Amino acid sequence: MNVIATESTAQDFYCREEPHGHNGTLLGFWIYLMSDCFIFAALFACNAVLGTSYAAGPTGADVFDLTGLAVNTALLLVSSVTFGFAMLEMTRKRKRAMLGWLAVSGLLAAAFVGLEIHEFVTMIAEGAGPDRSAFLSSFFILVGTHGLHVTVGILWLIVLMVQLGKHGLHEANIRRLQCLSMFWHFLDLIWVGVFSYVYLVGVLR
Amino acid sequence: MRQIVQSANTPRAFTIRKLSPSPRILVPMSVKRLRGLLLLFPALALGGCHYVLLDPSGDVARQQSDLMIASAVLMSLIIVPVLIAVGVIAWRYRASNKKAVYDAEWDHSTYLELIVWAAPLLIIIALGAMTWIGTHQLDPYRPLTRIAEGRAADVKGQPLQVEVVSLKWKWLFFYPQYGIATVNELAAPVDRPIQFKLTSSDMMDSFFVPALAGQIYTMPGMQTVLHAVINKPGDFDGFSANYSGHGFTDMRFRFHGLSPQAFEQWVAKVRAGGHDLDRTAYDQLHQPSRDEPVHYYAHYSAGLYDRILNRCVDPGQMCMSQMMAIDARAAQGAHGEMHMPADASSQAPAHDAATH
Amino acid sequence: MPNRSAFWNFLLGRLSMDALPLHNTIVVVTFIVVALGGAALLGVVTWKRQWGYLWTEWFTSIDHKKLGIMYMILATVMLFRGFADAIMMRAQQAIAFGDNMGYLPPHHYDQIFTAHGAIMIFFVAMAYIVGLMNYVMPMQIGARDVAFPFLNNFSFWLTVSGVLLFMVSLFIGDFSHAGWLGYPPVSELHQSPGPGVDYYIWGLQLSGLGTLLTGINFVVTILKMRAPGMSLMKMPMFTWTTLCTSGLIVVTFPILTATLLLLSLDRYIGTHFFTAALGGNVMMYINLIWIWGHPEVYILILPLFGVFSEIVSTFSGKRLFGYSSMVYATVSIMILSYLVWLHHFFTMGSGADVNSFFSLTTMMISIPTGAKIFNWLFTMYRGRVRFDVPMLWTMGFLFTFTIGGMTGVMLSVAPADFLLHNSLFLIAHFHNVIIGGVVFGIFAGINYWFPKAFGFRLDPFWGKCSFWFWQIGFWFAFGPLYILGLMGVTRRLSHFTDPSLQKWFIIAAFGAFLILLGILSFVMQIYVSIRHREKYAVGHDPWGGRTLEWQTSSPPPPYNFAFVPKVHERDAWTHMKESGYQRPLQGFNDIHMPKSTATGVVLSALGFVFGFAMVWYIWWLAAVSFVALIAYAIHHTFNYDRDYHVSADEVNRFEHAGNWATDPQEVRA
Repeated sequence: MNVIATESTAQDFYCREEPHGHNGTLLGFWIYLMSDCFIFAALFACNAVLGTSYAAGPTGADVFDLTGLAVNTALLLVSSVTFGFAMLEMTRKRKRAMLGWLAVSGLLAAAFVGLEIHEFVTMIAEGAGPDRSAFLSSFFILVGTHGLHVTVGILWLIVLMVQLGKHGLHEANIRRLQCLSMFWHFLDLIWVGVFSYVYLVGVLR
Repeated sequence: MRQIVQSANTPRAFTIRKLSPSPRILVPMSVKRLRGLLLLFPALALGGCHYVLLDPSGDVARQQSDLMIASAVLMSLIIVPVLIAVGVIAWRYRASNKKAVYDAEWDHSTYLELIVWAAPLLIIIALGAMTWIGTHQLDPYRPLTRIAEGRAADVKGQPLQVEVVSLKWKWLFFYPQYGIATVNELAAPVDRPIQFKLTSSDMMDSFFVPALAGQIYTMPGMQTVLHAVINKPGDFDGFSANYSGHGFTDMRFRFHGLSPQAFEQWVAKVRAGGHDLDRTAYDQLHQPSRDEPVHYYAHYSAGLYDRILNRCVDPGQMCMSQMMAIDARAAQGAHGEMHMPADASSQAPAHDAATH
Repeated sequence: MPNRSAFWNFLLGRLSMDALPLHNTIVVVTFIVVALGGAALLGVVTWKRQWGYLWTEWFTSIDHKKLGIMYMILATVMLFRGFADAIMMRAQQAIAFGDNMGYLPPHHYDQIFTAHGAIMIFFVAMAYIVGLMNYVMPMQIGARDVAFPFLNNFSFWLTVSGVLLFMVSLFIGDFSHAGWLGYPPVSELHQSPGPGVDYYIWGLQLSGLGTLLTGINFVVTILKMRAPGMSLMKMPMFTWTTLCTSGLIVVTFPILTATLLLLSLDRYIGTHFFTAALGGNVMMYINLIWIWGHPEVYILILPLFGVFSEIVSTFSGKRLFGYSSMVYATVSIMILSYLVWLHHFFTMGSGADVNSFFSLTTMMISIPTGAKIFNWLFTMYRGRVRFDVPMLWTMGFLFTFTIGGMTGVMLSVAPADFLLHNSLFLIAHFHNVIIGGVVFGIFAGINYWFPKAFGFRLDPFWGKCSFWFWQIGFWFAFGPLYILGLMGVTRRLSHFTDPSLQKWFIIAAFGAFLILLGILSFVMQIYVSIRHREKYAVGHDPWGGRTLEWQTSSPPPPYNFAFVPKVHERDAWTHMKESGYQRPLQGFNDIHMPKSTATGVVLSALGFVFGFAMVWYIWWLAAVSFVALIAYAIHHTFNYDRDYHVSADEVNRFEHAGNWATDPQEVRA
């Protein structure tokens, strides 16, 4: 290798043109979601450990309202579908339709959060608050953390809708929308875990 | 090396027997002699110090200490040559030594790589086998099968039972077989197995008599178990080895290893004091205090230890055992009857008591 | 505060004049010293009219190199604080025997060992390694900056706000006395009703978030921004270890966040996660915190393994022996480190099977670590080893760390751990690996890369003094602790009854004094080098470096490389030198760079206010600062104009003005 003329190797050791920037945002956001998974993993683990520590207080079967839960789950899952529609409209560059579907998704998620708050308030009023037993502590914190994430998602959605309205489907906005979309589906996935593990298993045991 | 194969009547015997040939080969035959050697070095530096972890007086601690020394010896088989090689190679290939071979491209040798990975691996396999067996054999929950090297434990005889409570910041010991209790003083007859059951009133402490046996945590609402035996008469240090607040530093007690006769006399001495550990006396004891003097109690209220363990000394409080029974019923039997910490014969690890 | 009106209670929460520790002489004197020092520093900056410069060129900068340097400065400042705690503990333990209770009452002593541990790990060791990774890694992969430069700045300032909360606790209220991991029940509200544990929680939450963002940032940077041709198996070892450490950060720091969140909920709203009552489980905290805590020590050591790899190969003038085996060793350490946490509490009574499992996984870590030591050894073999200061630290590491590794394996034998757990033997062990590995590595790294960052070398005389004081001081300070551990002496005691132990503690205190001299020599080294910077000036490649950071000038231009390098082999820079690479001096392009921003500073300042308000229950302030935080973050996202171009002319000027030297041998001579 040493014998090759300097002229040609010199060219080989650097890029004459500025290379195109690699945007790592989507990868970075994905990694963030994985790390968020670990927060939820810790909270699920708590629920697994403390899930039957009722402290002679109410059990899952006593406090969970499965009908409300079904409605809630449906709202969140449908909002994921409508978010998917918004993303389809985005790829077709149809801004208004996209904003419409985003609004629908946001409203569905808001309804979800509303119902969850209602559930929490009812439980606390019945004396089944997070300070009643370790089981309830773990329930409130796991479900509440998910709800907080959804709330942040809604806030983000509103901000992004304003930005999309103002600046249109600009590269940075598309990227943000893709991140939010990942976030939205991620929260759905977590909810499936919450729904089946915390609620269904919680009622059964 | 001491006999490692244990009696076949425990469920773990199978695994242990299967693995037992290796450590016999691997553990140096004369840990005792090595212990002497190890003691020599620091002793030369400054005499008069007692390396209790290297020379304990109870059989459990002694076996643990043997493993510790054996692991150090095994490790030094590789560590010492490496340390020498670091010095030698660095010096030999110093930049000013132009006679040494220089080969800037030499960066791989499959043969060397094999050694590099295999050497530590072999040591760890040996040490791992010893550890696996030792961990099972010296499991604090496991009743003793021997009281010293070559001396089997008397299977029919009852071990001395002691119930231990760590309080803020003192130790309370119940002797259910004698109906007495003490604070900050513990005694046991030589060569009689002891079964400790331990809990804590509020904090997390660690019950440790280095001369007797390795430590174990005490935790509120949970019970841990420790089996041990003291082989030499003497007066030993005991303390909490886990930080538990401002008074922790003074949380010490004396542990007396006594001949059977002296132990009976000691029990008589405790009884002679005549004090009674009832709820009032316990409430007083429960107040945080530092550097608490020794107390003797000739009697104590029945079930006091269980009530402390179940956090219901105050009659207004529901016992944890009761609470957990309710929870277990509420759980519709999906998990069966949960282990109760109060279950005296329980050898279940503390986790079982609390995770459900 | 019973006499205070409701209005004042609303306004100040539980904060009152009582929170100022005016009765404590030590704290008052510390406060006066810190206040005078701070005032002097601020005065000088103001007098020299440097605020504008600091603000635009440093505080708001998102240049990874400047952030790296700021991390290093932060860590050094905190090293003084953490070391002051250490020497206070050593002094107390050396005198508190029998009737002499020492000069620190337990409630003060307990805060000191808590602060010492937490600060040394989070704000010294972590800040140093993040600083090193920040400075070096992007250049090693031929990148212009990290993937998310703004986040990088934000991470730094979050760490600073965590530091500030810790420091404020010195003077307003008190600090946690629950040990550096804040075990309940000591850290629960009924045992620690004061603000100490809350300071600890919020300080760590803020800085932990910063660390998590750094981890994500570095992983993406390494995966996405490597120079063309640099496949994963051509990355420099330091970059590999940075990748593994960042990966570990991403999977462990969320657990720390969750654990501290649960603890704070126990304290603030009365949940029952870790309480003894109503079904809580203290063992869960201990498991969770160590699921973070054990990988954390590997987060600390792995990058330094990278540093040593770079240094051994550079100063032996040789390729690193067994590169791929080093990579596999690093990756297996990373994975294993997640499977060993229970060895921190064998004595909890988990049963023999569980204990054996964790005992064996722990021992297994010594296999790849041992392989690494051998590989460094064979790198020196057939080399030309130059004993410059970075290499001295590396030799010190090889001797010290190996012994620490041995005592570590002793501790991993579960039955032996029943004897050694929580003893001073354990304290000696982890200081042996943390000082012998992490600290020595940091000093090696600083001595190695300082010329790159500033264009002049560090003074070797004071560097050697620093090394020898640390090395000898270490054994004086921790040798006695090994011995005391074998005598059954446990940790965290503030007073002793057995007078025969005292001599060992006096020796240990003397060792701490030697380490103090080591630290002072380091300060002196920096001072002397800055003073004589002309004399120590070097070119771009003073050590005969092998990786890409030595290709660019010292200090490097803001954009690092005028042309993005192309990589063909490992040790890319050595390969370029051997192939007769000529530095291009014309044909430059405009370079696209991110703009500075104040957002990180503002958000972190608001985070600090929020944390402080939460500590003192000033709910209105917490709400206001929280809303402001969200609002400002949203405001930041409305700014789309985040880049600028360095024009080709400017690049041309930089490239002709920088500190270059063609022949590394010439420079060194």
